[in-house]
Amino acid sequence: MSAQKIIPPEERDLKNRISLRTTVVNSLTMAYRSLLLIRRTPQQLFDVTIQPILFTGMFAFLFGGAISGSVQGYLPIIIPGILATTALTASIATGVQLREDMDKGVFNRFKSMPIARIAPLMGPLLADLVRYAIATGLTFGIGYLLGFRWANSLAVLTAAILVIYAAWCVGWIFAFLGTVAPTTQVVSGISNAILFPLAFLSGAFVPTKTLPSWLQDFVNINPLTYIVSAVRQLLNQGTIGNDFWLSIVGSAAVVVIFVPLTLRFYMRKA
Amino acid sequence: MLQGLETQDSNYDKKNTAFAAETRDLVKVYGQNRAVDNVNLSIPNGGIYALLGPNGAGKTTIINMLATLIKPDGGSAKIFGHDVRTETHVVRQLISVTGQSAAVDEKLSGYENLTIFGLLLGLSRSAANRRAKELLEQFELADSANKTLEKYSGGMRRKLDLAASLIVQAPLIFLDEPTTGLDPRTRIQMWNIIKRLVKTGSTILLTTQYLEEADQLADRVAVIDHGHVVAEDTPHKLKAAIGKATLRLELASEKDLNETMRITEKMLGTKPSNPEPALVTAPMANPDSVTDLLIALREGSIRLAAVSVLEPTLDEVFLALTGTPKLEGVGQ
Repeated sequence: MSAQKIIPPEERDLKNRISLRTTVVNSLTMAYRSLLLIRRTPQQLFDVTIQPILFTGMFAFLFGGAISGSVQGYLPIIIPGILATTALTASIATGVQLREDMDKGVFNRFKSMPIARIAPLMGPLLADLVRYAIATGLTFGIGYLLGFRWANSLAVLTAAILVIYAAWCVGWIFAFLGTVAPTTQVVSGISNAILFPLAFLSGAFVPTKTLPSWLQDFVNINPLTYIVSAVRQLLNQGTIGNDFWLSIVGSAAVVVIFVPLTLRFYMRKA
Repeated sequence: MLQGLETQDSNYDKKNTAFAAETRDLVKVYGQNRAVDNVNLSIPNGGIYALLGPNGAGKTTIINMLATLIKPDGGSAKIFGHDVRTETHVVRQLISVTGQSAAVDEKLSGYENLTIFGLLLGLSRSAANRRAKELLEQFELADSANKTLEKYSGGMRRKLDLAASLIVQAPLIFLDEPTTGLDPRTRIQMWNIIKRLVKTGSTILLTTQYLEEADQLADRVAVIDHGHVVAEDTPHKLKAAIGKATLRLELASEKDLNETMRITEKMLGTKPSNPEPALVTAPMANPDSVTDLLIALREGSIRLAAVSVLEPTLDEVFLALTGTPKLEGVGQ
């Protein structure tokens, strides 16, 4: 410790508000922390590496013949489906990891530090962008290897951004769950209960017109269906339609609702 | 809307920096349990202030309220004149907290931990790196800088935790049982660090169950029991309130006992007792008279094996104040 005296409190210029710049810097630091943690435990990346590889191959060969007559013919249906469901699964891990993280002692330090309240939440979610990107990239890669050819490269890029964006937004629902649920088991239990109907009762794996009409009704209100349709249209026709804009707006709505909710419950526990 | 209150209480509401922390009728209730019950504390700016009490007395709850970690259910608390409820961000810029369990990332290295906290506190990348290295040196953790904390011992973790609280030295530093579970050597290190922090202008508020610790370190002590402040004073005065120091003379030979008793009574003017055959103890009102006593003993050719002065322990203080027989976890 230097012998120099610290500045007395009354001579400091103190503000009771956190500037936007500090909020951004704090969040990025927290994202850096999350990335370091991911590097330390690469097992955290299992869901975004194994799942896209396994699911794409498995579904393509399992259902390709039955649904579309050939693996080749099924790829335009299944690749967008796998993209969206993998991203959804990855965003569920957000909630579980956040719960785990919040139970650590280090969160107590964050709470007493002069940092933006949202930063400890924002950090892991920003770092998750990397996970979504890995999942998306791998799915496209496997799809290409199996023979899937998309409309054009701009369409692929747009589709990838849409999926990552939507996953990030939806991730806030699970971040909220992570904040309110008492244990990680509860978080993953509830999340899986949401995941399965959402993933499978959608247009992700099968053409919706093959479904009984009551199920079609559910599928048509399932938000995942819109994302999958938007991605399909992009990859197969190279165009942007209503589904694309609905996905953008719907995802944004999730953020608008769940960010304040999450923050509120996080602060209450703080 | 609080206008009336403010004018009425203007002294209190002014940025009164004479007190590092001030609480008024502070209350925290958990269910039926009033964990903190109308606590009034005025912790002076500068020096070391100790909250002394057994487990569950409410010490940590008080710290957590002062550190903006939990909200009070009643009363008010100010840090350098800033309200912990309404000016939370200002308060957080003036404090640092080291809790009972290490608040650091287990999966990251010591160096990474300190760097991240430094960045969060607004240091630049290079400044954060530099400060992390400095602190690791200072806390003798440089050899383990790049190991993850899972490989640290309990004591090393506590040291890193304290280092993390000192990246930017805060004017008010909370230390919740800073030495509980530390080996004696690390404990002394911790004490020295605490004393240095005070020298450079910080106020320390620490909690402890160790009476010796409060006695050794603190300028003032508040004795806490069942959410109440049962006494508040300097350690010296608290002890004085309980009793005087005791002079203890161990004789080289039992046969000098009667003569020693006689001389002691004459020189000190109080009645000595002999709990053991070669031991004489006497309440010591005036330290000066001890010199005379020792000279008299020398002249009487009485040889002493040992001389010591027993101060009343804070343990006795606690007993006298609360009527609770013994504190949990007290050393000795």
